[in-house]
Amino acid sequence: MSSHPQAPAQESAHNTHHGHSHGHEAAHGSFKSYMTGFVLAVILTAIPFWLVMADVLDNKALTAGIVMAFAAVQVVVHMVYFLHMNSKSEGGWTMLAMIFTIVIVVIALSGSLWVMHHLNTNMMPMNPEMMKNMP
Amino acid sequence: MSENQAAVSAENPQFYLTEDHHPENSTMLGFWIYLMSDCLMFAVLFATYAVLGRNYAAGPAPADLFDLQLVAINTAMLLFSSITYGFAMLRMEKGDKSGTLMWLAITGLFGLAFLGIELYEFSHLIHEGAGPQRSAFLSAFFTLVGTHGLHVTFGSIWLVTLMVQVAKHGLIEANRRRLMCLSMFWHFLDVIWIGVFSLVYLIGVLG
Repeated sequence: MSSHPQAPAQESAHNTHHGHSHGHEAAHGSFKSYMTGFVLAVILTAIPFWLVMADVLDNKALTAGIVMAFAAVQVVVHMVYFLHMNSKSEGGWTMLAMIFTIVIVVIALSGSLWVMHHLNTNMMPMNPEMMKNMP
Repeated sequence: MSENQAAVSAENPQFYLTEDHHPENSTMLGFWIYLMSDCLMFAVLFATYAVLGRNYAAGPAPADLFDLQLVAINTAMLLFSSITYGFAMLRMEKGDKSGTLMWLAITGLFGLAFLGIELYEFSHLIHEGAGPQRSAFLSAFFTLVGTHGLHVTFGSIWLVTLMVQVAKHGLIEANRRRLMCLSMFWHFLDVIWIGVFSLVYLIGVLG
């Protein structure tokens, strides 16, 4: 492949070599898309770090919510610009697998937190005296 | 190629597929499904951390332990390695073998820097008496972050292996496929790290 000096010549050689390559070219990004993703990722990383390290907001719950929101957006940015995720790659099967995974992840995370929260609140309160008599 | 085929099918139409199904296309889907299963494993570790992350057993809390500046540097290392891997893939698309190898080497160095900083952090914590056996919080922390670190370790070994392969055999079809798989793996680890620094470090230090 390196014997082809020009990109278009290389591209056509690439296509004939592959035969049809539907969904294959979607798996590669361009320099511009990588840089867009990188700049977005830097911004989306820097803001939560700044919020926590500089202690910008007094409300801790609000800061935590903002941090998680930025994380969710950054995950999407990485999926689109670095992992080249779209609804058409591999005939939509990657998207389907990802949706299935997200459903399971949400069930596992929210279910664990929900069940364990109720377990904690419904446990009999324990004082230090009882703690001493624990087996 | 398509003009040839159009000419052929105009004079005698074919009612079957004339081309073989390309098996290399399904490798990407298979690897993606592996990544999704890995994602499920990390989800369980995240859930464990979310449940146990406040059980300090009268030991140190995240705010006492974590140095956010170090975590910020670590995050930068992983993000830089992600973009340099992207550049390696762009060089690979152009068929530039030495360029690909150079960007892969830079990616590997960033990966090693990440691992070095993480190992320093772990040894520092254990030295302070905040090892994995100290509290449920620290057990969950070391399991989650350690599993991610192990993934980066194996990714780095894979990266070196592929650099040797590319140097020896060039950018052949098999090596392109392998580089694509490692690309997905590497970017996926960066996605997991977003969850780690947000949930474990930033929200942990918030208290």
